[in-house]
Amino acid sequence: MHEMSLCESILDILKDQAAKDSFTRVKRVAVDIGPLSCVEPEALKFGFDVVMKGSLADGAVLEISRPSAEALCLSCFKTVPVKARFDCCPECGSEALQVVSGEELKIRELEVV
Amino acid sequence: MCTVCGCSGFHEKDHDPDHGHSDAHARAHDVCHVHFGEGEAGGAVPGMSQARLIQIETDILGKNNSYADRNRALLTAKGVLALNLVSSPGSGKTTLLVETLKRMAGKTPAAVIEGDQQTSNDADRIRETGAPAIQINTGKGCHLDAHMVGHALERLPLAQGGVLFIENVGNLVCPAAFDLGEAFKVVILSVTEGEDKPLKYPDIFANADLMILNKTDLLPHVDFCVGAAIKNARRVNRKIQVLQVSARTGEGVNGWLTWLDGALKMQVAHARGLAAE
Repeated sequence: MHEMSLCESILDILKDQAAKDSFTRVKRVAVDIGPLSCVEPEALKFGFDVVMKGSLADGAVLEISRPSAEALCLSCFKTVPVKARFDCCPECGSEALQVVSGEELKIRELEVV
Repeated sequence: MCTVCGCSGFHEKDHDPDHGHSDAHARAHDVCHVHFGEGEAGGAVPGMSQARLIQIETDILGKNNSYADRNRALLTAKGVLALNLVSSPGSGKTTLLVETLKRMAGKTPAAVIEGDQQTSNDADRIRETGAPAIQINTGKGCHLDAHMVGHALERLPLAQGGVLFIENVGNLVCPAAFDLGEAFKVVILSVTEGEDKPLKYPDIFANADLMILNKTDLLPHVDFCVGAAIKNARRVNRKIQVLQVSARTGEGVNGWLTWLDGALKMQVAHARGLAAE
């Protein structure tokens, strides 16, 4: 359940940002969680509500976007969509894929008061 | 007149963010106008919305990664080869480590950071070999992070040109996300587990440089296909190197020591290169 630690990291980032941008409350946190980022969105949501309790982001909405994951096929040299690390190339069936995106784990935007 | 909202009502109290209107006044509000001063910020400024958006584009693991970078810089400067050993509980990590340290004793300096939720049992086993060890208890935590390792490094004697083994908490999921500042990540899979573990827990195998198949002495007694395990690991990580070892009988341990020696030489050469710059 490392999602709890990630939520604590999110809270640290919110506190740093609050000091920098002078806000006192966070209403919405928009994050990008790539499908290959080893994070379970439901666990992150659960951890978020627990960790944010009593903080400047108490009751804030966690908005999770899932950018698509892509890999470069080393056989047919096409960039193809993938869902998991062990997917085969949907074009040529090759297993030789190199992941190029889908590992994102970042806060994109905050709505603050 | 109300100085915040501009309505013609009379206020007994000063206007505060909670809007201290009398009941009658509040009812009048409902009828006569829309009150911008009742919004999120408790006040209204022309041209500004109550809430604002801030684009921050910040890596959630940014803080951990900066601690990891600091650890890596410290270790690299000293020419210390740091390895992050990850596996599920019971794969034989500590036994492999004990056997490795016994063979390295007197030749290559080594130190160990042990990560477990509770107890110092593993660090005690390591210290019996004569190697210095620090136990990190993560409490309820399921992984080591770079901050914890940084603190352990402050206390652990690290010899120039030595090896630092970081034995992570037994867990194939959570440690995958946390860079500790190691030179290489080594995943240990024992043959008493399923050969499909690399597919079930792809993140940790995708991030590893080396996979050690441990407990190979048990192969005649279990349904474990070495070829399938290696094939599965390479499906999630084409570059992963593989060694087969039995920490109990010592079979294959020399191959592991040779790998360590090669990696250490690379690290020492790297440190010399940095010093020359």
